[in-house]
Amino acid sequence: MNTKNFKWRVIIIAAVTLLGLYGVFGPRHKPTKQDFTWAGIKANLRNNIKLGLDLKGGTHLVMRVKVEDALKRLCENNAAETLRIGKEKNLPVTNAMADVSGGNFRFKVETSDASKVQAIQDAIKEKVDISDWTVSASGNTIIYTYPTSAVKVFSEKAVDQALKIIDSRLNATGVIEPTLQRHGAAGSNQILLQMPGLQDPERIKGMLAGESKLELVHVVGPPSPSPIQKYNTKEEAMASLGGTVPPNRRVLPYKDEPTTSGQQQEDPNAPKVTYWVVVETPAVVDGEQLRDAQAVSRTQQDNDYQIAFSLKKDGADKFGAWTGQNINQYMGVVLNDEVKSIAYIKSQISDSGEISGSFTKQSAEDLALTLRSGALPAPIEYQEERTVGPSLGADSIRAGLYASVGGLLFVILFVGFYYRLSGLNAILALILNMLLTVAGLIVLGATLTLPGIAGIILTIGMAVDSNVLVFERIREELREGKNVTSSVWGGFDHAFITIIDTHITTIISSLFLFVFGTGPIRGFAVTLILGLVINLFTAIYVSRTIFMYVLGRKQKAESLSI
Amino acid sequence: MFQLFTKLDFDWLGNRKYFIMVSVVIMLAGLASAVVRQARPGGTEAFNLGVDFKGGTVLIVKFKTPPTAENLRTALSNAGVTDAIIQQSTSKPDEFLIKLPLEGPAATVEGADKAQVDAGRTKVKKALDTFGKEATTNTLAEDGNGAYKIIGTEAVGPIAGNELRKQAVAVTLLALVGILLYIAFRFKWTYGAGAVIAVFHDVLVTLGLFSIFQWEVNLTVVAALLTIVGFSVNDSIVIFDRIRENLKLRRRETLYDITNESVNQTMSRTVITGGLVFLSTLALVIWGGEVLRSFSIALLIGVVFGTYSTIAIASPIMVWWQQKVDAASVKPKPVTPTRTSTPRKTDRRSRVAKQT
Repeated sequence: MNTKNFKWRVIIIAAVTLLGLYGVFGPRHKPTKQDFTWAGIKANLRNNIKLGLDLKGGTHLVMRVKVEDALKRLCENNAAETLRIGKEKNLPVTNAMADVSGGNFRFKVETSDASKVQAIQDAIKEKVDISDWTVSASGNTIIYTYPTSAVKVFSEKAVDQALKIIDSRLNATGVIEPTLQRHGAAGSNQILLQMPGLQDPERIKGMLAGESKLELVHVVGPPSPSPIQKYNTKEEAMASLGGTVPPNRRVLPYKDEPTTSGQQQEDPNAPKVTYWVVVETPAVVDGEQLRDAQAVSRTQQDNDYQIAFSLKKDGADKFGAWTGQNINQYMGVVLNDEVKSIAYIKSQISDSGEISGSFTKQSAEDLALTLRSGALPAPIEYQEERTVGPSLGADSIRAGLYASVGGLLFVILFVGFYYRLSGLNAILALILNMLLTVAGLIVLGATLTLPGIAGIILTIGMAVDSNVLVFERIREELREGKNVTSSVWGGFDHAFITIIDTHITTIISSLFLFVFGTGPIRGFAVTLILGLVINLFTAIYVSRTIFMYVLGRKQKAESLSI
Repeated sequence: MFQLFTKLDFDWLGNRKYFIMVSVVIMLAGLASAVVRQARPGGTEAFNLGVDFKGGTVLIVKFKTPPTAENLRTALSNAGVTDAIIQQSTSKPDEFLIKLPLEGPAATVEGADKAQVDAGRTKVKKALDTFGKEATTNTLAEDGNGAYKIIGTEAVGPIAGNELRKQAVAVTLLALVGILLYIAFRFKWTYGAGAVIAVFHDVLVTLGLFSIFQWEVNLTVVAALLTIVGFSVNDSIVIFDRIRENLKLRRRETLYDITNESVNQTMSRTVITGGLVFLSTLALVIWGGEVLRSFSIALLIGVVFGTYSTIAIASPIMVWWQQKVDAASVKPKPVTPTRTSTPRKTDRRSRVAKQT
């Protein structure tokens, strides 16, 4: 072996080892004396490794944006708007309704006069944005279909918007270092949220998914001074509409103090009763027009909080105009499809209002926050929730540590016993592999999960396999009577191609885990792939260099401890 | 020099019938277990699927003074949870796993989905409150008044569970195809087929044992299966590499003899590596904790059968198939593929020459 080559090898290995040591244990600040103490090293190690939620503790949430609900609403709104247009322009529109069966999103318009089909279409085109829809008309019906490509664009937009809204809500809650990102395959409409340290996600969950759909609506009924037109049951309310709810009306629940013989009791402690009221749809203004919302209280007592809101300019103009024309009519504040309060319009109101109801301070503040951040484009459902408490995480770290050290010891003992001094060579390579794998994790900024630790343990087994392959081959060559030097290099040369093949196949199967796996499983693939790639360096390059040293020491190597 | 095998001379291929029989018996047992469990009304399902795949809720609860499983069950059923699976941690007797299935078919109905992820948890909490207050501090020990603490939860909805299950099957199959292609590219497709059939066998045997013993199948088991795939193929490649090398050196011998000899030559490596990986996974089974239990068991089984299948399944299938292929390619002079048929040899030589 030529010595120059050997020198370079030693320099490269030393440099890589030092870099690895720095990567794992080194401080990420200007080194102080403290960094060379045991405690300092431990603290640095803890800072350097990014632990996954399963080790650190925290909450992992997968949610899905229910885009189909938003699409359904879009169809319904268009149908309602069509009816309104029909009335306004005196066109013979007999019915308009949403049809969302079988994964299709469309709305159907029926007319009594087939010759007016074109006129109706033109009228709709003028008022409703139907540029993305495909139209087909036959006989007395016109069908507007939202094509798949448009649904895709709509979904993408909805998920993006939901991400933004959730992000702004999250910021306001003060959750530390949350990770918020899209999740799953394209078209799954999923969002992943990880919140380290958080153990009881109920409040955050409620707040993030809070739909907070605010609407200011006209409550149908005779104007003040007649009392509010409310019904005791939903059926009664429906009956007042002739049994079916037309597209421009909605029947909503309304909780109020019970009325006894037409008189309103002024006892705030009396239990509230659910009534039903009929309101106009679409709303006069909705949450999109909201400028601000704040929790307020006059008495500062718990359970006595309201939400004061104000409207943006457009909304305020619209609202002002409407209230000006409807003095003495009843107006309702609807939150998430429930009427929160009803009042008659005394005078023109321009830009502010209040949601009353018995809110606690916390719930009023949460609600105000969700209102401020804007309405979600579609409802959100939780599909997966995993929480790990800090003690369980610590247990897992301990278990992983014991298992790795145990596995490493088993292997070291066996290799040392079976291969003697050459075993030492394998052990050195193995330990360097562990060090570099962890350093690699840190450099790549990858997270270490519990399955990730399992990946490291498995790497121990697979890494030593490379040494075994080489050593067994060397032994074979020795048995065949070759001299020590040519046996060693013969062993390496013969085993080389096998080692490459075995590594590539394992990396292939791990890559599938990495690409398609989620969360912790991905952590397993990352450490395994990293460990295997590094093993090519440690088990071949480093181990070979150590043999160079061993063989080079004696003038003529006659025996090898293997 | 301490050695396991110095001069091993065993006719592995000659005994292939017995090996394959053992494998078939184990696989049939697993299949029978799965079918019987699935078919028997009111019985358990084919696999003890974890919440990852089936949907449902798991809570890990730590008690200051652990109740008996029976007491816990009574408390739960009083709170309206009747179908919970209660499992005491084997290594930590003060910890219980409480598993709740999805709440009936209603869970899939629109609108019920938000409630179902939380409903189970709320009910369990109510039941646990009969044992005392939940600790409000980070750990149970810090709170003097706390009687228990929910230290971990997992809840998976029906849609997510379904998706994860589909994904798991797809990933495993894709990995197998990837490996088949790689081996076909590096060796011949008959080698690839032998290795992939052996790996498929390992996956089936492992799953069969999981069905027989009703160990939980969850996402980490899929990771374990894919690792087994990689590991078992490793073994096959080591032997195939040796076969290829020997074929070049000893052109007078048959594939049958060379395969036997190659298996024998690599036997000490096979046993040592298998043993070492076995030992390091054993460390995982012993110290890896409850969370990784299924994963470590799957790996342990996989290591054993992965090593076994390379010798017992991959090599015989490869030899059998390659002999068929060789016999077919010398059609004009049909020769029964016996151990010492000469025409095949010339044919193989040209093949090997092309390959190198």
